[in-house]
Amino acid sequence: MELQAVVMAAGGGSRMMDLTYSMPKPLLPVGNKPLIWYPLNLLEKIGFEEVIVITTKEVHKQMNIDTKMKLEMVYIQEDADMGTADALRHIQQKIKTDILVVSCDLITDVALHEVVDLFRAHDATLSMLMSKTHEFTETVPGQKGKKKTGEQRDFVGVDSSGKRLLFMANEADLDEELVIKKSIMRKHPRMHIKTGLVDAHLYCLKKSVVDFLADNKSITSIRGELIPYLVRKQFSASTNSQKTKDDSEKNQKKTDLKTPDIHISSKDEDLLDLAREKSCWNDHRGDMSDAYHGGKLRCYVHIMEDSMCYRVNTLAAYIEANRLAPKVFSEELPIHPTAEISEQSMVGADSIIGAACHVSEKSSIKRSTIGASSCIKEKVKITNSIIMNGVTIEEGCNIQGSVICNQAVISRGADIKYCLVGSGQCIEAEAERNNEVIVGIDQLMEI
Amino acid sequence: MAGTEGITQQELNNSTGETRDETDSKKNDYLQSKVEGKALSKEEKLKLRKEKKQQKKNKKDDKGPAKEEKAKKPVPVMDGQQAQQQKAPPTSPLVTPEAPPTGEKSGKSKVELRADRRARQDVDRTSKQGKKGDRSQLASTAKTKAPPSEPQPVVKRLPEHIQADDPAVLKKVAKKLERQQIPLRSDYGSKVSLFSHLHQYSRKAPLTQQMSIPSTVIHPSIVHLGLQYSQGIIAGSNSRCIALLHAFKQVIRDYATPRNEELSRDLVNKLKPYISFLNQCRPLSASMGNAIKYIKKEISNVSSNIKEEEAKTTLQNCIDKYIEEKIHLAAKAISKSAFEKISDGDVILVYGCSSLVNYILCDAYERGRKFRVIVVDSRPRLEGRETLRRLVKKGLSCTYVLITAVSYMLPEVSKVFLGAHALLANGYVMSRVGASQIALVAKAYNVPVLVCCETYKFCERVQTDSFVSNELDDPDDLIVTRKGKTELQNWQDIPSLRLLNLVYDVTPPDFVDLVITDLGMIPCTSVPVVLRVKNVDQ
Repeated sequence: MELQAVVMAAGGGSRMMDLTYSMPKPLLPVGNKPLIWYPLNLLEKIGFEEVIVITTKEVHKQMNIDTKMKLEMVYIQEDADMGTADALRHIQQKIKTDILVVSCDLITDVALHEVVDLFRAHDATLSMLMSKTHEFTETVPGQKGKKKTGEQRDFVGVDSSGKRLLFMANEADLDEELVIKKSIMRKHPRMHIKTGLVDAHLYCLKKSVVDFLADNKSITSIRGELIPYLVRKQFSASTNSQKTKDDSEKNQKKTDLKTPDIHISSKDEDLLDLAREKSCWNDHRGDMSDAYHGGKLRCYVHIMEDSMCYRVNTLAAYIEANRLAPKVFSEELPIHPTAEISEQSMVGADSIIGAACHVSEKSSIKRSTIGASSCIKEKVKITNSIIMNGVTIEEGCNIQGSVICNQAVISRGADIKYCLVGSGQCIEAEAERNNEVIVGIDQLMEI
Repeated sequence: MAGTEGITQQELNNSTGETRDETDSKKNDYLQSKVEGKALSKEEKLKLRKEKKQQKKNKKDDKGPAKEEKAKKPVPVMDGQQAQQQKAPPTSPLVTPEAPPTGEKSGKSKVELRADRRARQDVDRTSKQGKKGDRSQLASTAKTKAPPSEPQPVVKRLPEHIQADDPAVLKKVAKKLERQQIPLRSDYGSKVSLFSHLHQYSRKAPLTQQMSIPSTVIHPSIVHLGLQYSQGIIAGSNSRCIALLHAFKQVIRDYATPRNEELSRDLVNKLKPYISFLNQCRPLSASMGNAIKYIKKEISNVSSNIKEEEAKTTLQNCIDKYIEEKIHLAAKAISKSAFEKISDGDVILVYGCSSLVNYILCDAYERGRKFRVIVVDSRPRLEGRETLRRLVKKGLSCTYVLITAVSYMLPEVSKVFLGAHALLANGYVMSRVGASQIALVAKAYNVPVLVCCETYKFCERVQTDSFVSNELDDPDDLIVTRKGKTELQNWQDIPSLRLLNLVYDVTPPDFVDLVITDLGMIPCTSVPVVLRVKNVDQ
């Protein structure tokens, strides 16, 4: 077995609480499919047969995904506040080989073999996927003023081939300056630093990293702590066969990370080294060192240019994904066969109607997604909106650019523009709302 | 006198005339008679004619029923008959398997016809027995089935990798790969017409694109290896062989004999798709081919009564021993011999990056010889940079030139050391493209050329030019960007432009003065002797 797939589906969706306070993030509908369907579909298309899904019991109860793969559910407590690295530590016993970690909110159609080939060919410890940021064009409900930029920028440094990951830091961790170690510059004099990249949270990790995590309980998040640690470790002096006498814990960490695949006998590792030594290939030129500068820890990144890659962790991303994902992933008919649509209504070509929907006469639905079991009465105009399951929209309503969550009721004649109506909310008749987030009072208290 | 000579000539002709066509023999007889024309008298001419008629009648009788029976296979039968009339005993197996009772029926029944033929064959045999008993017996002991002196059509099978332009072969290969569940790699870019029979792949379209990611059909270490081959991370004959053996060790370690199967047979069958996969990633080298042969032999020799674990450890030890003997110890032996050839004050020219030549030079330097090295390099691989780095790191003083400057440097050079990818059975040296150029120019300047090659790279193939069997690398490697401009960026849009990126070329033995192997220092033409000795050993 070469790779084991792990899907992290226990996250809370802390950046879009308005959507996720009633429905867990993995089950948010995107194009009428639960969010977790997209990474699972990606894995299935590539050829994975077994996936380990780390999630909560509630999510699993409501999840009904039909997939040919064997899903092994691992439950963690919802309020345990586990980071992604903690989750990996939790399943350390199940991990027998290198792993591919995917987050449940990734919607992409990348050719995954690019990421995995880097992992295989260079015998890398880490291989990850990043994508160029797309500007979100849709108006986001409830957003006041300019979009916040520059807060969460990632600085990613790659070498001249664009594949080797040399440097990674988040703007939040830096005070005023970006500090780059001399050892990196000595080995890679040409480094390209990119800022407009989105981390897809898809990582190929060696098994020894999981074992290392098991011993070091201080690392809680993969993205926040483990990845920067590994990237820094590539150039740390101790991995290049120098012994430092820091506290024993640190030493243990380093030696742990230094030994590659533990189950391969040392003799075989010698053979591989011999083969590389006799090979006339080098990954860099201009200095006197061997391939990879003799370093055993290597991190690689594949930066996607063209294809679609979204991480649905903010409201803006959610709306954008709803707009674009069905175009790429539509295998079923946009209008579900069990939906009842009266003849005098107009349903646009890029709208999606869920199962058992009811659309009455003279209603017009354009560029929208209607969830299952929703009821749209007469003379309703819905444009550019996302309507989730079980919503009732009375006659004469006009809904534009909004997100209406589960079980909400929009009474007669309401005019909703660029709003987010929380789950189970009820909008009174003849209401006019513009650019608001309408949620229940108890949810307001949570923040 | 002349007449009798003429007649005996013609008799001989007639006896050997069965080997040629009737027309030929007639012509020759006629010509012969013309030459000695005046000597023949009328009676002799009549006699000739009678004899010819007799021969024809005999032949027809033999051929007739056979022809009636199988019009389909006239040639082999005729040949069989003719061969038979030439040499006696074991040709009956030649004829009878070639004369299966096919559909066509003649007047007599097949069985009777066969019996007739056999009787006639016996008669002929006994008549010829006296004449050519000894000769035919010798011939027969040597080869029972093979035809002796006549041009029996021998079916020559060309390897598939040099028939990329033959659609029938391509279909066959595609079917075989489908059966083994390995994706087929498609060719890329337009090829130069002289090399259109070879495959040309693009590095940007790896084979893994079409495979499932946790590879189930192919062992993961073989997939890793295939990727490393196709991206050039493991390049160089020795390196590829060692990496291959390492991967095989992993495969053997993870192998479990299924029930009702024997390790010796099943493991060989398991290795076949892996080898096809590696072949698709990059054509196998001669060293890899020999290593695979050795492993397959070792696996088939595993006796069935030892336990699986023991068998696996034995196989892994065999692999270690092979590497130790054929690569390490061979390198040491070659280095020792080469040390005698390097003298103080030498200027040695090396080309490209050969792990063995680097080892020799570093070893000689360590042992105290004072010499300097000229490293010759060529595009697009620029492997000489690696050689330069390693030698300078060791402390040797080096000069670096491109192959275009070789004729300027040669007046200074005292010896040329070349590495080899393989040594062919006719003494030709297959090496990186450009090596034959260097050997040629060195010959023109009377500089001795020494090729260093381990015996495990000796190969039974015979090749006299670099066209027949070669490897085409990715043509996009030739594209270079200078000052932001890439001239050849859209080379595919220009219909009359083809890019050629050859990998190997073949050097004739006239340009090579000495081959240093672990068996000693031999001339190039002794390669077949070494191969023969090796075969006898095995």
